[in-house]
Amino acid sequence: MILAALEKEGVELVFGFPGGAVLPLYDTLYDAPLKHLLVRHEQAAVHAADGYARVTGKPGVVFATSGPGATNLVTGIANAYMDSVPLVLITGQVASQFIGTDAFQEADITGITLPITKHNYLVKSAEELPGILSEAFYIASSGRRGPVLIDIPKDVFDQEAYFDYNTECHIPGYNPTYTGHAGQISRAVKAIRDARRPVIFGGGGLIRSGASSVLRQLAEKARIPVILSLMGLGAYPGDGELFLGMPGMHGSVTANYALTEADLIVATGVRFDDRVTGKLETFAQNAKIIHIDIDPAEIGKNVVIDIPIVGDVRQVLEELLRKLKPGHTAKWLKQIETWQNKYPIPIGSSNPGGALKPQFVIRELSRLSDEDTIVATDVGQHQMWSAQHFAVRKPNAFLTSGGLGTMGYGFPAAIGARLAAPENRVICITGDGSFQMNIQELATVVNNKLDMTIALINNGSLGMVRQWQDIFFDKRYSHTTLKGSPDFVKVAEAYGARALRATTNEEATAAIEEAFATKGPVLIDFVVDPEENVYPMVAPNRPINEIITGGDY
Amino acid sequence: MKHILAILVENKPGALTRISGLFSRRGFNIDNIAVGETITPGIARMTITVEGSETVIEQVIKQLHKLVNVIKVSNLSNEPAVTRELMLIKVRAETGSRSDIQQIVETFRGKVVDVSPDSMIIEVTGNDDKLEAIKLLLDNFGIKEIVRTGKVALLRGSRVTREA
Repeated sequence: MILAALEKEGVELVFGFPGGAVLPLYDTLYDAPLKHLLVRHEQAAVHAADGYARVTGKPGVVFATSGPGATNLVTGIANAYMDSVPLVLITGQVASQFIGTDAFQEADITGITLPITKHNYLVKSAEELPGILSEAFYIASSGRRGPVLIDIPKDVFDQEAYFDYNTECHIPGYNPTYTGHAGQISRAVKAIRDARRPVIFGGGGLIRSGASSVLRQLAEKARIPVILSLMGLGAYPGDGELFLGMPGMHGSVTANYALTEADLIVATGVRFDDRVTGKLETFAQNAKIIHIDIDPAEIGKNVVIDIPIVGDVRQVLEELLRKLKPGHTAKWLKQIETWQNKYPIPIGSSNPGGALKPQFVIRELSRLSDEDTIVATDVGQHQMWSAQHFAVRKPNAFLTSGGLGTMGYGFPAAIGARLAAPENRVICITGDGSFQMNIQELATVVNNKLDMTIALINNGSLGMVRQWQDIFFDKRYSHTTLKGSPDFVKVAEAYGARALRATTNEEATAAIEEAFATKGPVLIDFVVDPEENVYPMVAPNRPINEIITGGDY
Repeated sequence: MKHILAILVENKPGALTRISGLFSRRGFNIDNIAVGETITPGIARMTITVEGSETVIEQVIKQLHKLVNVIKVSNLSNEPAVTRELMLIKVRAETGSRSDIQQIVETFRGKVVDVSPDSMIIEVTGNDDKLEAIKLLLDNFGIKEIVRTGKVALLRGSRVTREA
């Protein structure tokens, strides 16, 4: 019955790991047409489903067993919840009569995931299943997207019930608003018309709602520069004319100055995260703020909003585009150009024969990639360098753990992306710290011959934490040096993957070219300068125009 | 400022946990909470008293709306509403003090619902001020135990807080 429901929902692939409580489910999979990717740790199954969902826009589906199987999903669920990724997670539970008895492999996973799911269910009988499955898919993939978990006791898998499945469903307490309020849209049009120093500040909502093309038209028609949060990268081309980069802690100087000096911020599908706003009291004091978001609770949560518009970002931007005229922003764009010329992002140019710089590696990956390349990053310095130096040109092409900051996300997410988009090149940019959090998935990529480049930015330390120790903790590098890491080339080879090592610029370029030309998984161990830090930087809870610059240009 | 929220919620397992969990998770303070059935089968009504500024309350209401089981949230503090709470008080009552207690209870239109050789249980209904006042007076005799239902409230007039 579950597989029949998944078929009705158009699910082609699930990610999972079997166990006692889901034996009946896995037994039906044995001769079903539905594809299943076996991972080596349940956390990788969620991240892979998350990557798959970000690329396809459809909910990623995960199977896991009760107890530890379910609790291993927790980090991945929290990650998807923070980044609004649609997932449907099906976990086995101990048989109904054992619930609450501390039975073998029992964990209250609906209780545990209550705060990190959009909704969750504990199924009581098979009769409830069709209704719950259909609600779960509907909730996960509508409104503000998010993960939904369904916990199914083992005996329920064995029950028979009438299967009447309806993909449409009505839930009394759940009615997302898609169309923006006409009066508010008119106010927004007027505010944009009157603005002299406007910026568009867009985020993940642009990508989830498929608003990239309308955003581009709107920015170009009204001549408004675009700033994208980490989650929004790709919604406007990273090498586009009006693009100012990412704002906030490791954002570009121009983006931070523009937000500070703007008289109008058109915030679309963003949630004003602390990494973006810095010290709230000093954030964008000169600006009127229009905030367009599908989630009313995001409006006014962190920042006071002048013109709130609740609705689907794409629909609202389409309305705005119809009503907008070219703006008077020439002088403002000139000012911005001055900042851009004066404050480029440091590229870490090194002396000839000097240590390999991570920024160079990312820039080479970007240069040698086509516009359809999908990048999945892990978390840390390499993530910020990727955000700064990889020109993401399309939406759904930059997969990163934005809200939760989950080390270990990137590699499995790249697996999901690989399966979601068989034609596109997939690169996992990771670090020696992050990679070791899900390194076991080398078995999955080798076993399934998954074509991807794993670019390991190896600086021998937990670089981002080390950077903070460097700046805020008097260089007391407490437990951030990763002694005892393996030879990553040998590890990859032991799993049966190809592996290369690069220690100079020339080797780096050659290795990237070779990896891109090779079918199947290739790992490149880029041994980079361990002293390199990410700049520019704004210290936490400081005004975003108070910028620490550094590094080589 | 204190706000009284009326929340209509699908009467499903875990609905109460979802709501109370939301309050603690987001750092909102619940003063008290009362739950019961409504005239519509399957729908329960919670009355929650919560302390906070207008901005905080707006965020509370929006977050509550995000819960799938929550059908409607109304802030009754912005409207004329009747608010009541029921309190049971077990008070020390030796033979000599019983009539004095009785008098206080009558003044507050309460009821004596149980009498034992050295104590009485008093039932009293009202708003905060009234309950606090009688508590203060009975304290002189020695309050042994108190239980309160939490506030419930209805809008005045013919308007109703309904699911549709």
